[in-house]
Amino acid sequence: MPWRQSVDLLDIARWQFGIITVYHFMFVPITIGMSAIIAGFETMWVRTGKEQYLRLTKFFGKLFLINFAIGVVTGIVQEFQFGMNWSDYSRFVGDIFGAPLAIEGLLAFFLESTFLGLWIFGWDKLPRALHAACMWIVHVGTLLSAYFILAANSWMQNPVGFRFNPDTGRAELTDFAAVMFNKVQMVTFPHTVTACYMTGGAFVLGVAFWLMIRKKTPDADRAMYRKAVRIGAAVTLVAGLGVAFTGDLQGKVMTEVQPMKMAAAEALYDTEKPAAFSLFTVGSLDGSEEKFSIKVPKVLSFLATGSFDGEVRGINQLREEYKARYGQDPGAKYYSPGDYTPVIPITYWTFRLMIGLGLFVAGAAGLILWVTRRSRVPGGRGWVWLAVSLPLLPVAANSFGWIFTEMGRQPWAVFGLMTTATAVSPGVSVGEALTSVITLTLLYAVLAVIEVGLMLKYVRRGADEFVEPPDPKLGQQSDEPLAFAY
Amino acid sequence: MELTTVWFSLIAVLWIGYFCLEGFDFGVGMLLPVLSRSETERRVVINTIGPVWDGNEVWVLVAGGATFAAFPEWYATLFSGFYLPLLVILVALIVRGLAFEYRAKQDDARWRARWDKAIFFGSLVPAVLWGVAFANIVRGVPIDANKEYIGNTLTLLNPFGLLGGVTTLMLFLTHGALFLALKTDGDIRHRARALAIKLGVGTAVVAVVFLTWTQAITGSIASAAFFVLAAVALLGGIYAAFRTREGWAFIGTFAAIAFAVTGLFVALFPDVMPSTIDAANSLTTTNAAATSYTLKIMTWVAVLFTPIVLL
Repeated sequence: MPWRQSVDLLDIARWQFGIITVYHFMFVPITIGMSAIIAGFETMWVRTGKEQYLRLTKFFGKLFLINFAIGVVTGIVQEFQFGMNWSDYSRFVGDIFGAPLAIEGLLAFFLESTFLGLWIFGWDKLPRALHAACMWIVHVGTLLSAYFILAANSWMQNPVGFRFNPDTGRAELTDFAAVMFNKVQMVTFPHTVTACYMTGGAFVLGVAFWLMIRKKTPDADRAMYRKAVRIGAAVTLVAGLGVAFTGDLQGKVMTEVQPMKMAAAEALYDTEKPAAFSLFTVGSLDGSEEKFSIKVPKVLSFLATGSFDGEVRGINQLREEYKARYGQDPGAKYYSPGDYTPVIPITYWTFRLMIGLGLFVAGAAGLILWVTRRSRVPGGRGWVWLAVSLPLLPVAANSFGWIFTEMGRQPWAVFGLMTTATAVSPGVSVGEALTSVITLTLLYAVLAVIEVGLMLKYVRRGADEFVEPPDPKLGQQSDEPLAFAY
Repeated sequence: MELTTVWFSLIAVLWIGYFCLEGFDFGVGMLLPVLSRSETERRVVINTIGPVWDGNEVWVLVAGGATFAAFPEWYATLFSGFYLPLLVILVALIVRGLAFEYRAKQDDARWRARWDKAIFFGSLVPAVLWGVAFANIVRGVPIDANKEYIGNTLTLLNPFGLLGGVTTLMLFLTHGALFLALKTDGDIRHRARALAIKLGVGTAVVAVVFLTWTQAITGSIASAAFFVLAAVALLGGIYAAFRTREGWAFIGTFAAIAFAVTGLFVALFPDVMPSTIDAANSLTTTNAAATSYTLKIMTWVAVLFTPIVLL
């Protein structure tokens, strides 16, 4: 295949992967985080019998389902695109990567779809505690789903438990437990899941806060929204602290197994001891020349090594090291001139945006807890803007985090084993790949407009009046078509 | 039995489950504009599959994942080779899935009419294309020595492939009509049953031609037996519909699809994707498989967790 063409195909395939995966992961954390909060609301209703908890359950349940639908349908593409655009990757790693993906499908999809179905259609058929349990099981399903897919991703960051078989030309699994308990996975899963709780919490917080301070909201309902604000804020704050803590652990493991990614996160060209962390830098476009920078001494050393005086290796030294270990970079012709080096401005800024937005959201949650203490209700335009931004900012932070970790792994698809350039499907034409990326991007854009429109509509409407759910012991009371109107 | 054979069988079971189950909701989706004449009837039609369609769709996700894990080469060749048809199927499934979820979320006739179109086309397209894809898998496609598919989309649109598409389309339509007859009442039930009988006769003709052709290309005695069972089940189903025994009729089309797909997998075995260029290039259950260690782990996971999930 001509060189030029393979480059184009690689670009297109990478853009598609980036677009559809980031898009998919906008919805997933909301699903994971919100399923727990909704299950919590419903559990509180079952235990206290207070109307407000059931109203909150149903209100956020509706928003949850709108969001869940997009997460599910875009998940289908995720599973198929490895074979479609990355067939050589699939051949090379299928023996290892396929298993967690398939187990995810078997366990998590069945659990999620079955129990969410029971939850949607079971209001008048299941005892209340059992109905609430369904949502908890959905939540467990989403966590399992996350665990297996993150184990697969962690293997790409730090391949373990395998051997390269020269006869078949592929990586083959030798130790499944090593893959499941990869040390990268041990920090990635907690980091991702706490980020999901933070995202779900901030969603509930933002929506409830907006409804609480909105003029149109009936005064009788403000106390209910206030409850959701307090719960959402508490979840966001606690989860936010968890994100920071696990992120710190993750940084240290990352420095150990992928030192280049940490160097790229800081645009640290030469090894420093101790290394400073820059909050903000203006440099040349390729990131190699620095014009202006605000630096905090020793912080990078701490993030990377746990010690304020630790040594952090720089991009130039690592590049020489990698060249010696892996030979000339097979992807060098594509990534020239920075062989073995990710695109530095992207890793630098996504790392900062991820952390900055995360801290901002956790801080905002803390602030809101403070200003709503002892039944106070704040007012003013600034608060409205904060409320509107809260559901969105964690989503952006999640996206930046994934862009950082995936772009920071480049030029590797599987670190140290397979470059992204060699992972792409050799048999797919540029025309086919272009058709695919354009079709999916346009489709996803339309879906985003529809989804946001629906969300806004249902948020504006607020929680419905309390209706006592029918007692399942009395059996179905009406013969109207199923209550959940399709 | 070899673990590769076990996993080939499991994947076959997943596809059989998928076609038997999603087959009727594809059929119902396609019949939505045909059988329902008012908004209430449309609601009734959609509500028959409302609670089940996404559970049905999970089967194909698991089949895809199991193929990736157990036969990575099959997954890679198939999905990169049948690129555009798969893309179209994915788009259809996305649009269709959202249509079920979002249709009732706005009280607006035009909004609903648009989603109804999405349900119709989102059901029609995969109903045809899955048939085209499977006919081509069984017949064989050009695969080179590097296990790469070297045809293009037009290669798949050969007469045999197209007939496969028409067969699944007709089968799913009949299956869906019988499901509606079973699940609804009143006028719409009678219309669904009458249509099922008409469709069923056409389906029987198309299916018999397609299965006979398949048998001629690659069949064995075992596959022939399954194809005969499929034909018997289908004819029995149509007869039951004629006798207004909708339950038995639905079981008939359900069994017909199950037997037919079983026969296709039996005819395929031990290949998973035969090559039309050189039999040496064919992907088989052995040369496309994962290592026995991976298959062993997957088997344990399946044995331990499938019963839990099904409970």
